Amino acid sequence: MNKQLLLGAEAIALGALDAGISGVYAYPGTPSTEITEYIQKNSGNLKQPVRSAWSTNEKTAYEAALGMSYAGKRSLVCMKHVGLNVAADAFINSAITGVNGGLVVAVADDPSMHSSQNEQDSRVYGKFAMLPALEPSSQQDLYNATREAFDLSESVKLPVLLRLTTRLAHSRAGVESKSARPQNPLHAIYAPERFVLIPQNARRQYNVLLGMQKELEKISEHSWLNRLVTGTGSKGVIAFGIAFNYTMEVRQTFCLDFPVLQIGQYPLPRKQVESFFASCDTILVAEEGYPVYEELLRGYFGGESILGRMDGTLPRTGELNADIIARGLGMKPKTVMPVPDIVVHRPPALCKGCGHRDLYDALTTVMSSFREHHVFSDIGCYTLGALEPFNAIHTCVDMGASITMAKGAADAGLRPAVAVIGDSTFTHSGMTGLLDAINDRSPLTVIIADNDTTAMTGGQLSSATGSRLLDICRGLGVEERHIRTIVPLKSHLEENMAVLREEISYEGVSVVIAQRECIETAARKKRKQVASQ
Amino acid sequence: MNINIILAGVGGQGILTIAAVIGRAVLQSNLNIRQTEVHGMSQRGGAVQSHLRISNREIFSDLIAEGTADIILSVEPHEALRYLPFLAPDSRIITSKDPFINIENYPAIEDILAELNRTNRPVLVNASELAREAGHARTSNMVMLGAAAPYMGIATEQLESAIGELFHAKGPDIVDINIRAFRKGEELSQTQATEL
Repeated sequence: MNKQLLLGAEAIALGALDAGISGVYAYPGTPSTEITEYIQKNSGNLKQPVRSAWSTNEKTAYEAALGMSYAGKRSLVCMKHVGLNVAADAFINSAITGVNGGLVVAVADDPSMHSSQNEQDSRVYGKFAMLPALEPSSQQDLYNATREAFDLSESVKLPVLLRLTTRLAHSRAGVESKSARPQNPLHAIYAPERFVLIPQNARRQYNVLLGMQKELEKISEHSWLNRLVTGTGSKGVIAFGIAFNYTMEVRQTFCLDFPVLQIGQYPLPRKQVESFFASCDTILVAEEGYPVYEELLRGYFGGESILGRMDGTLPRTGELNADIIARGLGMKPKTVMPVPDIVVHRPPALCKGCGHRDLYDALTTVMSSFREHHVFSDIGCYTLGALEPFNAIHTCVDMGASITMAKGAADAGLRPAVAVIGDSTFTHSGMTGLLDAINDRSPLTVIIADNDTTAMTGGQLSSATGSRLLDICRGLGVEERHIRTIVPLKSHLEENMAVLREEISYEGVSVVIAQRECIETAARKKRKQVASQ
Repeated sequence: MNINIILAGVGGQGILTIAAVIGRAVLQSNLNIRQTEVHGMSQRGGAVQSHLRISNREIFSDLIAEGTADIILSVEPHEALRYLPFLAPDSRIITSKDPFINIENYPAIEDILAELNRTNRPVLVNASELAREAGHARTSNMVMLGAAAPYMGIATEQLESAIGELFHAKGPDIVDINIRAFRKGEELSQTQATEL
């Protein structure tokens, strides 16, 4: 036994390595990034090589993972919750084809939106795809469950969804690991009846998936992730995923003895839930995320005996904690010291010396000369340009939406139409939108803020930067003289404003690439150089 | 043994290094530990916190409940105040006195110190001065770890050996500077405790 202090995300990575994966596929996204990073950092110590470079987006990642599974090997694919929207087509349809080698989809949700634009609950996707889903509550359970998820995937021939939330992904605990299992041999199978989803195959395969549901429920009934903590009294708690931790914390702190049914594997183990309901008069349903199962249970058992997010016993939004569960169970709130009045908000901000600052200084000045000065932007560090003192961007919706929204606005007649997108977001989902704009000759200026990295998530390698971005724009069909590069530095302000002015006034598709390395990654490289000297 | 520590600061100030040292020291001693971190957007110059829980019994929640923190250990004085609702009665704040000003409406430092002095026997540390004395301004986080050491119930030798392990790759000079910084903080805390 080997005990290490691991983040929940890292526990998944180690579990997958020890389960004998041959590859991990992912696009960085908080709070899921550290799964893949752990595998990348440890790739030098492995007996058999594991493929681990970043994918261009979650969809390409998912499909590659499915391909590796098709070839008989085990693969892990990781993303944040909104990344599953991008990969959803592949995800839902992989439930129809099924898998060959074990395929585990690790999705990290971000309730309370610490670093996200929504708090969607990936368990809904699990139900939607009708796949088995696991939701362990501790770092050790994550390690064990990930290892076993690959066996489960191979035994039911389906992808397995592994759901966790921010707090578990980004919390460390001691994790004991077991010896690693060797990788699967290559054994691709010809199974066009499963993998060619033309209607006649898809209809049959869909029925196969439906037919599996009883079996999946039976597996849930016997899973160690679903277990009863016996207790006394007529009030019980059904605690899903990490909500179990907060429930047990309250039980320990207040020396209570109520029964708890922990749910960590789906589909819901109907018999366990029914017998729990039979033993309690009132049940608090504690879920981290949407009231997905509370809604289902209210429909099944009626609303009178159920407390949860839907009746206001627990707040409808945001992540849970022990204080919230304690209040939900009727404990009197503690008197605590208030936050002094002088304390002010300290929001995240662009780093001092960051090139995005100089880009926005130039862009905002240029845009101020227009009556309409909308700037469509995207997801990355440069989104912080929305805050004071910049107030430089006016939209940020989903990966790649800057270009396509600007295009649509241009089509509607908005002039000028300007998009700001990062290098990594551009390759993730911006390129296709740019092709639409070119095909439509939409009057649009796309500014690619190329800082040579995926900065917001901590500086991961970007799929294309520098001259490759120019090549991509040329290849898509942007006219050579309307692909311009600038260096966002204070000393270049006048020159940069002139370039922006020229391209914004052009009635066609133009691209301005602002090239300057992220100061964080540059400083990190320098420290490494100094250390190695 | 059951201790809850809130680590506070601004993204980039090195609170995760403090957490990593404590984590290493504790892992050797068979105690249970849970330690949360902040990654992603908030890291960029925003307020960051880490909840650190150490216990000889099972720890369920990764988060510290309100009114149950034994220490707020902060590398920035204003940030220490942000987490006051977490502090247990009779527990204390241990914080650096050096303001990190990256917002326009940062309160007057006198007001911050006055609020801090209103709490229970705070340990206020001239961290950057001591760090410079130790050999490098970047070691203020180790000064702060040292200042908290007498109150954490973890043996000094364990913490120092964890610092050694953590900075090992950066060479013996860096290890020495960080150990010196740690000891300066510890010394200050002990002197203050005897004066009280």
